[in-house]
Amino acid sequence: MFATAIILFREVLEASLVIAIILGASRSVPGRIRWVSGGIALGVAGAALVAIFADRINSAFSGSGQALFNAIILLAAVTMLGWHNVWMSTHGKKMTTDIKNLGEKIQRGSEPPVALLVISFVAVMREGSEAVLFLWAIAAGGAHHIPMISGGLLGIAAGALSGFFLYRGLLRIPVKHFFTVTNFFILLLAAGLAAQAAGFLNQAGLVPSLGNEVWDTSRLLNQTSIAGQLLHILVGYTARPMGIQILFYLSTMLILLLLMRLARLSRKKA
Amino acid sequence: MTVRRMPISGLLALLVTCSLFTSKVSASQILEIKNQQFSPMKLTLPQNKKVKITLKNNDNLPAEFESTDLSREILVPGHSQVSIYVGPLDPGNYKFFNDFNQAATGLITVPSSAGAN
Repeated sequence: MFATAIILFREVLEASLVIAIILGASRSVPGRIRWVSGGIALGVAGAALVAIFADRINSAFSGSGQALFNAIILLAAVTMLGWHNVWMSTHGKKMTTDIKNLGEKIQRGSEPPVALLVISFVAVMREGSEAVLFLWAIAAGGAHHIPMISGGLLGIAAGALSGFFLYRGLLRIPVKHFFTVTNFFILLLAAGLAAQAAGFLNQAGLVPSLGNEVWDTSRLLNQTSIAGQLLHILVGYTARPMGIQILFYLSTMLILLLLMRLARLSRKKA
Repeated sequence: MTVRRMPISGLLALLVTCSLFTSKVSASQILEIKNQQFSPMKLTLPQNKKVKITLKNNDNLPAEFESTDLSREILVPGHSQVSIYVGPLDPGNYKFFNDFNQAATGLITVPSSAGAN
């Protein structure tokens, strides 16, 4: 039971933390809870579909279908997170003042909350499909697997709770610095996801590795340890990164910073 | 804002170009999962070659082949198989495990051979 709880906890954790960060970062977007919940619901449905068609996805593109699928999903998340950040750079100041005057009607921004929907959708679908597949296989095993299933549900609850705590923690950040901090979180998150995508693209044989192991810090901080895994999700920590992952990480960060700067400049002119 | 229009086609073109430069698969190996264990538990792969590993999961439970050493992470549903491409690798040891049952581990060894470039 405990083993199953841990497996499901780890599957749910990434999606849960990503959702916590975007929920925090979008705190002044009206109707965000609805968009994010919609994304989660679609994500669960998508996860079930992916689990059902897992075999077919695997055999697509001469066996690299799964890696390609993961890479595309991750890059979609990176694009949406980047879009969110760039948009925030133009509106963040105003939103800070809006939060301060909570009584006033928050002006509807131009960010289609669709970004929120897509981010939560892909975050849940990717990790969720593994959770669904796993629980399904256990459930198919029969009645004596009930402790395993309850363990799995316990793990899912614990993962969701971690996200909740992160969200509550984020809300304690003083309003003045709030969007600076959440933008920074999202920047690291997006860079980390881009590095993961690079790993999957290399797995599919589409990009060279540019060095299999640029450094090795697995003895210092093992990536499968709890701290290592948390850092892997939040800032993209990789114990033995490939050159291409570092390249993706840094270029994502650079491009986003540049776009955010440009967006800020164009706001000043306007 | 032009940021919204992600140049997907450009990205794909880049990927295709890149793929031309990645090395061709030059060896293949079979790895199986039986009763929640890898078999064989130790694989020896050639140096500096791209290798295709066919992983067959004979169990009912799904497994996730994962190697932080190789940056590989592949889900294998019960009673099915997947292809895993690794390399070209430098000589050394690379651990892998089943992320759904971390007691199941294995090792890829790449011996250094004087003959390989």
